[in-house]
Amino acid sequence: MLFKLERVVLARAGKPVLRGLSAGLREGATCIAGPSGSGKSTLLRLLDRLADPESGRVLYRGEDVRSRDPLALRREVCLVPQLPALLEGTVEDNIRFAASCGEVEPNVARLLELAGLDWSFAERDGAKLSVGEQQRVMLARALALEPRVLLLDEPTSALDAEARAAVEATLLDLRRRLQISTVLVTHDLDQARRMSDWVVRMDAGRAVGEGPVRELLPA
Amino acid sequence: MTSSIDITVGQVAASLVLVALAVALSFWRRADLERDIGIAVVRSIVQLTAIGYVIQAIFEIDSLALVAALIAVMVVFGAVQARQRARKVPGAFLPLLIALAVAGASTLGLVVALGIFEPEPRFLVPVGGMVVGNAMTAAAVALNRLGDEMSDRSREIEATLALGATSTEAAAPTVRRALRSGTITLIDSIKTTGLIFFPGTMVGMLLAGADPTDAVRLQLILLYVLLGSVAIAALLATTLAYRNFFTAAHQLREPPQP
Repeated sequence: MLFKLERVVLARAGKPVLRGLSAGLREGATCIAGPSGSGKSTLLRLLDRLADPESGRVLYRGEDVRSRDPLALRREVCLVPQLPALLEGTVEDNIRFAASCGEVEPNVARLLELAGLDWSFAERDGAKLSVGEQQRVMLARALALEPRVLLLDEPTSALDAEARAAVEATLLDLRRRLQISTVLVTHDLDQARRMSDWVVRMDAGRAVGEGPVRELLPA
Repeated sequence: MTSSIDITVGQVAASLVLVALAVALSFWRRADLERDIGIAVVRSIVQLTAIGYVIQAIFEIDSLALVAALIAVMVVFGAVQARQRARKVPGAFLPLLIALAVAGASTLGLVVALGIFEPEPRFLVPVGGMVVGNAMTAAAVALNRLGDEMSDRSREIEATLALGATSTEAAAPTVRRALRSGTITLIDSIKTTGLIFFPGTMVGMLLAGADPTDAVRLQLILLYVLLGSVAIAALLATTLAYRNFFTAAHQLREPPQP
């Protein structure tokens, strides 16, 4: 099991968000599906220790994430947030900064290509790109760390249908080429069917179902 | 104590006409500043009169220990006052206290060590007051900006943490902007000094009948002393305070709203 969550409880601003959540996320392509406000994004942030639960445990490959160095964990289990939030500077600056965090020398052209962008983007100002292009730069930045797991928080929610289809194709291609596991958060059940093999369904801060996509979300 | 310039209470009272003008303008344009102007005037009279007597007493006793005590009181009150403008920064008081204390002690120590001023109350009290006052304003502006930026840019900061960056790396652009905002006002005023405004010390010396060359030299010294203290205060306040936004595990204490 890639991740295991045991009776996880977490509140934000005094409101309970995760209420004794227990679930397992498998290697490969896992999807966390559920309506808005069900706690999906909060769960994702626990997996790379951007937050810690108030009670309960989160295990990564059988080991409590609290026993791991949070910085090393985040380089191995890299989260791409829902909305792009690039650093000031060019696309290449962003990729090089990310690579420096992981102390790796980036192949900028290859990373751009993996994220579905051509080399001409390297020198462009990140702030002047479209949201879809920025989201791809966020992906290239995450890939610069050579992660073993990608956590994707509604990566297409701010995109139109055409851009969404293109990003989905890029993500499927990435999985095939790099053999990395992905944990995708989405409220779109059709996207969950297209993008994953294993699904955890959430509602009101709890897991309400878990299993193979073809069984839990039949077409 | 003798003075080269005599100011009567009547002259001070006459200057209140300008205050009345400001109140009238506020009333006319409905700016709702009358109450604040009133409080400011009353506080300035009470506070300056009181500190005038305190300074007079310190000059007469001629004790460096008393000077140190007076500056320590200014540092504490300065930190309390600056905290009001840094409400969004958790635990801002201690960073402000340290920033003002170090800025005051290091700049005053340096001007004495370099032989710019004699270690006497008549130099250290006024210079200390200016140093702590300007350091307070700079640190307050810097932390005010830091609080706003940490809140407005929480998505960017958390996205940087998600790359395995340390909290220091993730906060660096924000801390840099806060530091700039704390010091840029004084830097800009130094750039324009003599062109579009005359600084207070120079004006005071000219009014008191000093030679303009002496007035300029003293003013330049004070501007550079203030620049040093403002830079130290803003740097220390931001460097110490940004840490309070993060946990030991490099997590934002107030993460962005989903």
